[in-house]
Amino acid sequence: MTEAIINGLSGLTVGFQMLAVDWRNLIMLIVGFVLLYLGIRKDCEPLLLVPIGFGCILVNIPLSDVMSQEGFIRVIYEAGIATELFPLLIFIGIGAMTDFGPVLAQPSTFLLGAAGQFGIFLTLLLALALGFPQLDAVSIGIIGACDGPTAIYVTSKFAPHLLGAVSVAAYSYMSLVPIIQPPIMRFMTTKKERETVMKAVAKPVSKTTKLLFPLVITILGGLIAPKGLPLLGTIMLGNLMRESGVVSRLTKASENEIANVVTLFLGLSIGATMVGSAFVRAETLIILCLGFVAICLDTVCGVGFGKIMRVVTGGKVNPLIGAAGISAFPMAARVVQKEGQKWNKKSYLLMHAMGANAGGQIGSVVAAAVMLSVLAGMGIIR
Amino acid sequence: MDNWTFGITMLVCGMGGTILTLWIMSLVMALLGKLFPEKPEKKEA
Repeated sequence: MTEAIINGLSGLTVGFQMLAVDWRNLIMLIVGFVLLYLGIRKDCEPLLLVPIGFGCILVNIPLSDVMSQEGFIRVIYEAGIATELFPLLIFIGIGAMTDFGPVLAQPSTFLLGAAGQFGIFLTLLLALALGFPQLDAVSIGIIGACDGPTAIYVTSKFAPHLLGAVSVAAYSYMSLVPIIQPPIMRFMTTKKERETVMKAVAKPVSKTTKLLFPLVITILGGLIAPKGLPLLGTIMLGNLMRESGVVSRLTKASENEIANVVTLFLGLSIGATMVGSAFVRAETLIILCLGFVAICLDTVCGVGFGKIMRVVTGGKVNPLIGAAGISAFPMAARVVQKEGQKWNKKSYLLMHAMGANAGGQIGSVVAAAVMLSVLAGMGIIR
Repeated sequence: MDNWTFGITMLVCGMGGTILTLWIMSLVMALLGKLFPEKPEKKEA
């Protein structure tokens, strides 16, 4: 009888014993708290960091079976991450929320969106130089897309073991754009360049153009990079619904209910991939550093391209708008506006930067789509 | 395929492909803007 009671009580203490055995779980519990702190107290991408942080805590409690074969988060993971469904559903919502009007008013800003993707490929090279396997390097490079769902889509496809590190890096750095970008923007430009006043964009875009945009981009993008069609197709479907104006119930559901439910499941599942034994490694720190480098390189190349556009247009372009060529929408555009105003109170760069930023949104998806198709062309993926 | 060849191929084809795709898209959108310009609303009689 006494022995049975002692055995019963030992069942209640085994979790504490296991926590002492594997210190990595303890570290990950702290990481989970840090993510929750960043989301709740610092307002850094709370919609993602709160479920990620909580998922991280859940999976690192010793003997937790939330990610075992029949665990509830495993079920969510298999249904939405392993199948790549969740990032695509999020993309429908993003398309439904995004007004691509500014980029349609100035189609040349598409090119700034392209320049903002250089960091992806340069970071891929760096990751290869550091000895990462090829598909791992692709997944690390995609942090430079500065686009959470794209990073999750590519990583879940080619390097699911890196999903936690890549996702945390992508979302954390996206929220740190207002801190990361301004010093680079100042370093890359002269005072005279920063003070440049750009003419207001007053060109209206017709309803027909706005309606044709998602269709043309889907067909064109699908023909050039068919492997990335799910990414491009879903964001454009959302935008078509928005611009058509005839399916407002679907549009609202995509940008609210569907996006909210999927964001919760996505965050929880990603957090649950951050098991101590897999996450507490030097490799994770290197990935976080490379992600930071990727976003810095995006900014450097974006502003550099802005400088080229300034030369080509005879000084009409303020190169700061190049920094908005990344996908963090609309945060990067706001950063550009704020920085421009700091140097010249008469400078209103917001609409130009919104064009570059919307171009960056398409650019990140196109970059991922092109990358997948190049990999397929090289025979590395099927 | 060695890492060097892979990396440079990805840089050239990937970045080149991205720029080319977005450039074509910008041209097509500029064309659409010209084909379907915003018409001012007709004033009601």
